[in-house]
Amino acid sequence: MSNTDFVLAIEDLTVSFDGFKAVDKLTMYIDKNELRVVIGPNGAGKTTVLDLICGKTKSTNGSIKFMNKELTKLSEHEIVREGVGRKFQTPSIYENLSVYQNLEVSYPKGRSVWGSLFFKRTAEVKEQVLKIADEIMLTNFLDMEAALLSHGQKQWLEIGMLLMQDPQLLMLDEPVAGMSAKERDQTAELLNKISTNRSVLVIEHDMEFVKKIAHKVTVLHQGKILAEGPMDQVQENEKVIEVYLGH
Amino acid sequence: MFGYSMSEIGNIMVMQGFSGLSMFTVLLLMALGLAIIFGQMGVINMAHGEFMTIGAYTTVMLSKVASTYGFVNYYFIFAIILAFILAFALGYFIEFIMIRHLYKRPLDTLLATWGLSLVMQQSFRSIFGAKEVSAELPEWMLGSFKPTPDIDIPINGVFVMVLALLVTAGVYMFMYRSRWGLRVRATVQNRVMAGAVGINTKKVDRVTFALGCGIAGVAGAAFTTIASTGPTTGTLYIVDSFMVVVFGGAASLMGTIASAFGIAQAQSILQFFMTSSMGKVSTLLVIVAILMMKPEGLFASKLRK
Amino acid sequence: MNASLSKLVGGKEGLLGLAVLAAIIFVVLPLGVDIFRLNLVGKYLTYAFVAVSLVLLWGNGGILSLGQGIFFGLGGYGMAMFMKLEASDPITTKIQTTPGIPDFMDWNQITSLPWFWEPFKSLPLTILVILTVPALFAYLIGFAMFKRRVGGVYFAIITQAIALILSILIVGQQGFTGGVNGITDLKTVWGWDTRNDSAKYILYYLNGFLLFGAILLSKYVLNSKFGMLLLAMRDKEERVRFSGYDVSNFKIFIFCLAAMISAVGGAMFTLQVGFMSPSFVGIVPSIEMVIFCAVGGRASLIGAVYGTLFVNFGKTFFSESYPELWLFIMGGLFIAVVMFFPDGLAGIWDKYSRKLKFFKQNSGVIAAVAVSKTVKNNTVATSIEGAKA
Repeated sequence: MSNTDFVLAIEDLTVSFDGFKAVDKLTMYIDKNELRVVIGPNGAGKTTVLDLICGKTKSTNGSIKFMNKELTKLSEHEIVREGVGRKFQTPSIYENLSVYQNLEVSYPKGRSVWGSLFFKRTAEVKEQVLKIADEIMLTNFLDMEAALLSHGQKQWLEIGMLLMQDPQLLMLDEPVAGMSAKERDQTAELLNKISTNRSVLVIEHDMEFVKKIAHKVTVLHQGKILAEGPMDQVQENEKVIEVYLGH
Repeated sequence: MFGYSMSEIGNIMVMQGFSGLSMFTVLLLMALGLAIIFGQMGVINMAHGEFMTIGAYTTVMLSKVASTYGFVNYYFIFAIILAFILAFALGYFIEFIMIRHLYKRPLDTLLATWGLSLVMQQSFRSIFGAKEVSAELPEWMLGSFKPTPDIDIPINGVFVMVLALLVTAGVYMFMYRSRWGLRVRATVQNRVMAGAVGINTKKVDRVTFALGCGIAGVAGAAFTTIASTGPTTGTLYIVDSFMVVVFGGAASLMGTIASAFGIAQAQSILQFFMTSSMGKVSTLLVIVAILMMKPEGLFASKLRK
Repeated sequence: MNASLSKLVGGKEGLLGLAVLAAIIFVVLPLGVDIFRLNLVGKYLTYAFVAVSLVLLWGNGGILSLGQGIFFGLGGYGMAMFMKLEASDPITTKIQTTPGIPDFMDWNQITSLPWFWEPFKSLPLTILVILTVPALFAYLIGFAMFKRRVGGVYFAIITQAIALILSILIVGQQGFTGGVNGITDLKTVWGWDTRNDSAKYILYYLNGFLLFGAILLSKYVLNSKFGMLLLAMRDKEERVRFSGYDVSNFKIFIFCLAAMISAVGGAMFTLQVGFMSPSFVGIVPSIEMVIFCAVGGRASLIGAVYGTLFVNFGKTFFSESYPELWLFIMGGLFIAVVMFFPDGLAGIWDKYSRKLKFFKQNSGVIAAVAVSKTVKNNTVATSIEGAKA
């Protein structure tokens, strides 16, 4: 397909593992500054889609275009440099570095060997770290060792680390798993704020949370799209109800 | 080529092949024990060679007793069994006091078991002396038979090979056909679930480790038929055994067998045509080169991550 | 001192640590022991280069190499080849069948200098080779393995195999390398005799100076963003990759740096001890040098030096008095340092200094509590007495 305005254009994406089609001819488009939530029963292929986009898994067929650039040929770190950030299901932060260091290390300058050896901690970097720390509500914890944060705070830290890279597409895999109700509210606020100037793709199970953030919802089932649209429309969809509640 | 006729080359290859067989046997038994421990459990046992040495010393001691009391002709079977039992018991003990604390830290296991090997080597030196000792072999094992006038096949080599095949078959039956083997494989593939269905994973680990050590003990008994034993004998085979396991793709028993065979034969044949050291170097270089291209080993199965 | 220098040495504590070490190496030891024993210390300090390299590679990067002997040996052999050629000039060797080549070549009926010995006729070229060839070799090995995501245990075993290959090669090709005895009878560097006492003092100080250079260079690397990334990669390689870093490049670099530092150590060894042999190249020396680093505390640069000295002094002492005991102790050391003291000497020091600091900072409070408790007890006692009365 030719150039599009979409931030992410997935077309005909297929990946099969020894014959089992985890993702089956998937086609999906995400707009600029859209917050899309992907839901679906376990095993529907949601995490696999994220793996495919960020390069962790190689597709068997199909194309993934990010800002009109084909991602399927690039390596993981190259995809990140294009502007795609991925948050993992279990908080993936550097436990034995401080919160400040976790954020600083994610600054998108000095990413080559020589660049990192001679990287100067300018005021610019510090400013960015403080700004993001404020967004993720961790300003008072900058000197704390990351391992000592609460589960919810670790999730926010990881989001913060991704925000440092200023990605155009931020992908979050179950960001509120294990969070308290208050933390969920705060996370919803955070995500809504973030999506004002970038696209966000979220996988989630908590329907209340999804309602608070989603612009549009995509339902996956057995590697294919079952339904797509605003949340209330999807919730009324008969096929979706059947798949979630059983036959 | 090299100044030999084709038929002579054939004979040489057969003879080197058979001398390679003895090496293949010991290597195979060592690698089997290692494959079980490393391949199934991810534990590196740098003291594996010393467990072989235990088996060897057991055999030597038993042979001394046998020659004093006159049952040299049939002590060997008992030696093999005793070698297995002693190595198994020590392995069981070592797993309990040391290895089980280190499962999540493979690099640390490597260092700790190296320390263990030093302690074991010094123990051998203190108990048995620094000089090498030999087992007195029963008469029927000595000598060779000649299928053709140009080919000389040593009997002890054949015996040891048959022994190795029996042990390999035994391991296969254990791992793939017995209940206990099922428990081992379940624990390896999904420890949490195995525990949840009532398998005592700690006990399984202990027995598996001990089994690997026991097989090394048998390798030691086999070893006494080809050379003499000293405190540092274990170090002769340790690197080669690791190479065999890693090269064969640690999770596959067939791969281990094929790998042991290939490596032993390659080394043996190359050593005939080049100097002994260059033969060894060449074999190792080829293995390392192949491993750099295919790090999972030659026969590893492709798994979905 | 200004901010970046302070950061480099690790603040006041770091500076103190470096100062103490410098005092010990440059002042205390030379004054305290005779030249024979000082030369021995110098030898140990060359092993410390490898221990320091392992702090970078293993302690911080999480990459265990069981083959640092490869690079130590390459550096050592480079220097040995230079000195051997100098000692094998045509006049000194005129009784040989082929004068002008090293004696062991003559014994092996070699009649002309092999091509790869040629560069070692010149000292500048030798130094260049020592600094670059081991690092280049490390680059090849690192590239082949890290790009294919080979790590952990597999990497360790393969480095061990390569160390074995190199040592067998050296021993087997005795015509070209001096074989199992190594390259011996080394005398001079550009005419300067390295065997007399004053030379040994000079070489000792040169060694110490270079070791400090290696430590400061390592501190710079560890304090930079690179150093933080190294720690991050050690614990969460995937996350680093998904933050846009090509992880394999970083691993290759630190492996090459570790190789270069080890090679310098090897060259200094040859200079101070006067020979180099394959017994410093293979499996056993390589893994011993890992234990020096582990005893020091794995991730501590200064600890690595102390660890090296500690283990080697122990080895010399026990090998002389109780040789049977030494291997038991060394084996026990490996086990103990893995199971009970993973933070080594540095960890013990940290615990001790933390208690001391706590005590100092809170001595006022502690004293007050102690006094008040005593007063309280006395008051209670007297009131009970009073009540009883």
